Amino acid sequence: MHYNPMELMICCAARLLEDGKTAAVGTGVPCAAAMLAQRTCAPHLVILFEAGGVAPQLPTMPISVGDSRTFYRGVMATSMCDIMETCQRGLIDYTFLGGAQIDAHGNLNSTMIGRDYARPDVRLPGSGGANDLASLCWRILVVTIHDRRRFVERLDFLTTPGYLSGPGAREAAGLPPGTGPYRVITDLAVIGYHEQTKRMEVLSLHPGVGLEKVREATGFELHVREPLAVTEPPTEAELRILREEVDPHRYCIGR
Amino acid sequence: MNSLPQGTGALFADPSANRAREAFAAKPRALCDKLTTVADAVARLVRDGDYLAIGGFGANRLPTAVVHEVLRQGKQDLSFAGHTATHDFQILCAGNLTGRGRTLAKVDVAYVVGLEARGLSPHARRVIESGEVECVEWSNYTLAVRLKAAAMGLPFLPARSLLGTDTFRHSAAKVIVCPFTGEKLVALPALYPDVSAIHVHEADRYGNCRIRGTTVADIELARASKRLIITCERLIPNDEIRRDPTRTVIPFLCVDAVCEVHYGSYPGNMPYEYFSDEDHLRRWLTVEKDLDAYKRFLEEHVYGVKDFAEYLQRCGGLPRMQQLRQREFLLDRGR
Repeated sequence: MHYNPMELMICCAARLLEDGKTAAVGTGVPCAAAMLAQRTCAPHLVILFEAGGVAPQLPTMPISVGDSRTFYRGVMATSMCDIMETCQRGLIDYTFLGGAQIDAHGNLNSTMIGRDYARPDVRLPGSGGANDLASLCWRILVVTIHDRRRFVERLDFLTTPGYLSGPGAREAAGLPPGTGPYRVITDLAVIGYHEQTKRMEVLSLHPGVGLEKVREATGFELHVREPLAVTEPPTEAELRILREEVDPHRYCIGR
Repeated sequence: MNSLPQGTGALFADPSANRAREAFAAKPRALCDKLTTVADAVARLVRDGDYLAIGGFGANRLPTAVVHEVLRQGKQDLSFAGHTATHDFQILCAGNLTGRGRTLAKVDVAYVVGLEARGLSPHARRVIESGEVECVEWSNYTLAVRLKAAAMGLPFLPARSLLGTDTFRHSAAKVIVCPFTGEKLVALPALYPDVSAIHVHEADRYGNCRIRGTTVADIELARASKRLIITCERLIPNDEIRRDPTRTVIPFLCVDAVCEVHYGSYPGNMPYEYFSDEDHLRRWLTVEKDLDAYKRFLEEHVYGVKDFAEYLQRCGGLPRMQQLRQREFLLDRGR
């Protein structure tokens, strides 16, 4: 069955979410992945939204992290502090983030493009809840398009912590031990982090993608974990649920 | 031993709990009638140079009428809490670089400029990229913690995010060591806004408020603010508040003005009432691209409009509100 890169990314992201775990998600692709996971591999996945929605039964994709859909038939509609403090207590397993730039240690920039903070070339929204979620949840997942503009050697601004400068840096800064980046899912590959160096390493290439193409789209040296796998393509069941139930209006998966 | 890291950003509001107590000491205690118009509330309670905060989250449960009125009355040089501020920030930016002085002077940024999945506001970008607004960086949780510290009557609270990042370096936070465990924490200065506006579902004329759905940071914001304007979908009798006091989330003691504004969160979403008007929000984002077209749009929708009811009329009036109500309850999807 034919599929597009966005559909593959959402399926890859959904498969990483384990049943019975908790995930703080935003709108768009992360939300689509969580909804797909609930309908496939993780029926008991608990979704939380930072504005206060707990365990909604999402009827449609939310437009805002705080709109009515984010607590539709949920178990609780609470507050920003309550959700973030649930993360801070260590109860939230996954968070899903994106950004304009990412570096080899999984640090993210969503604040500005340019050299001068006071006069940015492009002003972006800032952290939102991303810095908090990446500091306080156990595992950080990132879903992003893979190109040299995004995968950079040096961020213009380090908005949200990955492994910071490398092994031990999160703990040295005071962030909770045992937390950090876990996977990056792109339109070319699934990427993890090297145990010792805490730098990105390719785990699997998407069908039809060569390693050279991934390296060309990356602005830093990329390790490879051997044996390098090929990403499992989406199943017919995954695609059907994604297209018919999760995103029938094709907001995320495109038209 | 190395000294502990500190952010380099400025503090736009005084974190002193003692000075905040002096402001709260002067607040009226009596159960008195605070019902008024939005125009009167903004004229009396919002002053040039104030630190302003707006309740809700993005374009959800937004006190839109107050934000419009701040523009119409030409308030100047405000500091602002950008706590997932989307359409509210977009509206306030309309008072900068449009020939009406400078509405915004300073912004504590957690999330601004963007409208979540809808994209970035071209005019908000113009304003921030021009350098005429001073920014300091925070995150959604750390701004909420700053309000929580103020709501508790404290000068700061610790948390465990922000650490190790440029967001911290461009904040006004400081790293401290826990006196019990020796662990590093981020100390967040209390944020006591001069004035805030929150839109709620129901309130009585004294300011006792009910909210349905997520409360975001509004429980904290209401208590942290030196002056507070409430807009409500529906004014209810005090008897109804007393019939079920468990539902009161903001007590009258925090409140300085109560304004009844039907569809008051429009074009934002109001949970269990009406969904956001995505067509109208898209129109704002599109028209902003050209500054002259944007100025005409603002004249038609904000500056040249008498009050919020007239704005609603220009946006489609009751028929449009009925459509948005159907969307909220998924009636348009056959439920």
